[in-house]
Amino acid sequence: MVESSMSGYRGIGRAVLERHGAGVWSDIELEAAQGTFRGLVLPRSETADDRHIVLKLASGYNVGIAAEAVTRITVLGRREANYKLPEKQFPHSRTKPNVVLLGTGGTIASRLDYRTGAVIPAFSPGELYGSVPELAAFCNLRTESLFSVFSENMGPRQYQGLAERIAEEVAAGVDGIVIGHGTDTMHHTAAILSFMVQELPVPVVMVGSQRSADRPSSDAAINLIHAVKAAAESDIAEVMVCMFGPTSDQYGLLHRGTRVRKMHTSYRSTFRTIGDIPLGMIDAARIVYFRHDFHRRRPERSVKLNTAFEEKVTILYYYPNMKPDVVDAVVDKGYRGIVIAGTGLGHVNKPLYPALKRAVQRGVHVYMTAQTLWGYVQMYVYETGREIMELGVVPAANMLPETAYVKLCWALGQSNDPEQVKRIMLTPVCDETTAREPYNGYLVFQGAIPEVQGFLRSIKR
Amino acid sequence: MTTFKPFEAMTAEDYAAIGLRCGLEVHRQLHTPTKLFCRCPAGRYSDAYDAELLRHMRPTLSELGEYDGTALMEKRTKKHIHYRIHRDTVCTYEFDDTPPFLLCDEALDIALEIALLLRLNLVDELHISRKQYLDGSIPTGFQRTTILGTNGWIPYRGRRIGITQLGLEEDSCREVSDIGHDRVLLTDRLGTPLVEVVTDPDLRTPQELAEVGQIIRRLCVSTGKVRTGYGAARQDVNVSVRGGTRIEIKGVPQLWRIPRLVYNEARRQCALLRIRDELHRRSISADSLQHTAADVTGIMARTPFEPIRAALAAGERVACVALRGFAGLLNEPTQEHTLFAKEFSDRIRVVACLTRLPNMIHSDAATDALVGRDWQRLFRQLRAGDRDALILTWGPEEDTRTACEEIVLRAREATLGVPGDTRQALRDGTNGFERVLPGPQRMYPDTDLPPIAVRPERVARIRAGLPEYVWEQEERLRRLGLSEAAAVAVCQAGRAALLTCIVERLGVAAGTVATVLTEYLTSLRRARLEPQRLTDEELFAVFAAQVGGRLTRAGVRRAIRQLLPGGDDADATRPPVDEVFAAIGGPPPRTDELERAVADAVQASRSRRFSCLEARQRYLMGEVMRRWRTRAEGAAVWRLVCATVAAEAAKPGEPIAQRANV
Repeated sequence: MVESSMSGYRGIGRAVLERHGAGVWSDIELEAAQGTFRGLVLPRSETADDRHIVLKLASGYNVGIAAEAVTRITVLGRREANYKLPEKQFPHSRTKPNVVLLGTGGTIASRLDYRTGAVIPAFSPGELYGSVPELAAFCNLRTESLFSVFSENMGPRQYQGLAERIAEEVAAGVDGIVIGHGTDTMHHTAAILSFMVQELPVPVVMVGSQRSADRPSSDAAINLIHAVKAAAESDIAEVMVCMFGPTSDQYGLLHRGTRVRKMHTSYRSTFRTIGDIPLGMIDAARIVYFRHDFHRRRPERSVKLNTAFEEKVTILYYYPNMKPDVVDAVVDKGYRGIVIAGTGLGHVNKPLYPALKRAVQRGVHVYMTAQTLWGYVQMYVYETGREIMELGVVPAANMLPETAYVKLCWALGQSNDPEQVKRIMLTPVCDETTAREPYNGYLVFQGAIPEVQGFLRSIKR
Repeated sequence: MTTFKPFEAMTAEDYAAIGLRCGLEVHRQLHTPTKLFCRCPAGRYSDAYDAELLRHMRPTLSELGEYDGTALMEKRTKKHIHYRIHRDTVCTYEFDDTPPFLLCDEALDIALEIALLLRLNLVDELHISRKQYLDGSIPTGFQRTTILGTNGWIPYRGRRIGITQLGLEEDSCREVSDIGHDRVLLTDRLGTPLVEVVTDPDLRTPQELAEVGQIIRRLCVSTGKVRTGYGAARQDVNVSVRGGTRIEIKGVPQLWRIPRLVYNEARRQCALLRIRDELHRRSISADSLQHTAADVTGIMARTPFEPIRAALAAGERVACVALRGFAGLLNEPTQEHTLFAKEFSDRIRVVACLTRLPNMIHSDAATDALVGRDWQRLFRQLRAGDRDALILTWGPEEDTRTACEEIVLRAREATLGVPGDTRQALRDGTNGFERVLPGPQRMYPDTDLPPIAVRPERVARIRAGLPEYVWEQEERLRRLGLSEAAAVAVCQAGRAALLTCIVERLGVAAGTVATVLTEYLTSLRRARLEPQRLTDEELFAVFAAQVGGRLTRAGVRRAIRQLLPGGDDADATRPPVDEVFAAIGGPPPRTDELERAVADAVQASRSRRFSCLEARQRYLMGEVMRRWRTRAEGAAVWRLVCATVAAEAAKPGEPIAQRANV
């Protein structure tokens, strides 16, 4: 019996199948203590127990039968699933812009992975055209799968690979770049790419989906349509995130890569621009720009590439009663940078002071951000703040903690000089800190308030 | 072509002659406090809503890499789906912004109970599947569903009717409207747990199907753990005739509607087969079918036909399809009061979203919708002759294009026989096209939830608590002296075991108990007092109190009523039974107390006049019972009243007799 024919089966489940000459994709009749079942043996998830055999019944339902109750198996045939997205040649038009879609492992178009029970991506241009033919209206599409990792496994190697790839694509003359990415850490990647690849002449649009593409209600196709349109047609030559605006299928929002954050575990409208307004909104028909201070599309074919990255940086999320030994441990482990997500305007408790002082004296670069996410750290308002600054902790204005983290990694990759690092950190590259917070940059509505209820009732959110 | 016998005249032999086969899918909501995959309350309905969402559905591949035909059809309809959301009944799970929570254990227990009653082979590990629904009836685009068991049976008139499988699944949305490209749905019912019981296609007449539906219904109800009332149960009916196709008629709310629906579907399939044969006789096959379509807006510019005038006024288009060699067929009857033309009209309505009716006219219809000159022009324009049929449709340009494609598709299907449809049950007993019949390709494993092992201990626990089979219960109740109707009613109320227990242990007459447990509790349900909250123990205690002399027969009802306080927090204020008995019961009155009460009433009645002796007795009875109803037995009081009045009448000279007035 070859290994693949037992995919996922271990222990007694595997033994019973083997004893009866059956394997995955065998069409069998199985007799168990409670009765007879007929169906196709499916692969078993590797994380599931070893005591059950999974059958697909003729009705399409899957059921698990206890292996130890099996008294007889008759193999009637074999029928292997041939999962293939319908592939169609993506049309080419000389008049349409050229867009490249770089895959990192997100679920733009995907299929089931039997081993893990999860979905895995599948996304050649032909497959994409087969499932989202709308894309052909905007561009000539080329795709390339760079990595195949879940977004939580993205790291410096992938960031650098992506940045270099973007530079190459720009040099090769592409008109727009789309990056398919898992949503969990999309904002980290968007921020670091904003720093690593500057002076972009074309849009770089990051996109993902909150519902996998194997679901009819998935946001993947619409997000992809929006992202491809933004890459092909928008005038914004920056790193952006393009995801659902409301949870309804209506429009996408274009978020600046350094100011965007995933704000809900599962909502489609999870990505929000924090402390500012988005760059614009987009649907299949049009792009509406909300602001005009973005970098515009240019004919140049080069970028300013700087892929420096220091890995020994951490975020400390402050909580009341945090003990100084946490800071000490980080310092003793050789960390070179700490981003604190402090309370309120940027505070931590007094017992931490000596540890922070020691950290700075040991050459660790310590920056303060706000765990409230919205608003500036302002360490002059209270004495606490001034004391903390005296320890050598640098306030990072209204930079989001995750953005500050990747920026400190990037800065420390370039220098170890406190002044120079500070200059890099506090000089905004792409609005990671802003001079002003607009009046409509902080909007977290509360349900039940009459005017909000009226809004929810009349506007599809 | 031959005619079909009327419904009333059809015999079992007639159905056998056409090779009728049918089966049933019974959907029954389970009585759980929450929904199946989230913690929202189940069973609360309201048309009010706080917010609306807009979604669209895209077909996806099945697990085995195939597209489902229904999915592709729904994709063609391009529907905007609007979900109405009420804060009390829906959370972010229902509208697909939160992954599922773990399956409701209580629902699983109830479903297992029903599965055991149906003698199904239980599976050992449940795998949650996604069953695709692209019509929007579920915001995820699929229904989460799982199979608990396969290959069971129920007895029916000395036969065994096979039960294919039992599924546990979440209920769908309620439709508010479906007009043009906009479908509006309410989400309150969405997610309510229900079981789907599927029978084998073993049934041979429409009546058999309804009767088996009745058995399954009563079996579910006998657990006392399923929801009842309108909408709590819905049936799908599968019908085919020899040479035909399995057709699913969806959403039949009441079992009595089933026979006529089956009859009409059988009749429709026979008619479609005859039409196919006629087409073949005319040498028209799927390959040789010829058709032309044209935009005829210009020709129709001055038509007096109002629907087209309105369409043209709205800037819409008129299109015409010529089906070569189809002349006369569109007028062929398919169902009662229904012609073959409706097959086309339905498809145009559903797929092309031309929902304003009429949405087409055709050249076979002898209507005066169009003047003869217009038809002549149309025939000329489409180069059609008198052997051809024209179908004219109107609406937005893109929709009329879809409509023309659908007309040709349907015509091609006519050359093949009966297309596999899911059809909707209509009130008049006929059915209409709903969508293409889905296949197993629409099933997909749910990657959000792990498999659930059904442990033998759990099955054993549920098996130990199984109710007696409802037909056995009924037989036993009949042996206790109940009529068939009363026995059925008690079983339906889920109180058969209780009644037996009361009769056998307390010696109360079965009929008396049955009346209280059915009629009286039903009256309380109508008064919205939710008598299902009463436990068997409480009701037993009430009858025991009667037998023990703490309550009278009338007191029984009052005690039950008192056990059910109304109001919002009714459950919190449920009083203990002893308190209720103490409040309304108390010891029966002593003889002298009763005699005094009668004497008082006699005294009070002296100023009144009565039409006859019995009227007077009844008045006295009422007076006494007003005071003693819950403690004194009416029969004893009546005897005392009669005796007192008789004794008085025997005494001469007493004024009470007022003989002149009697």
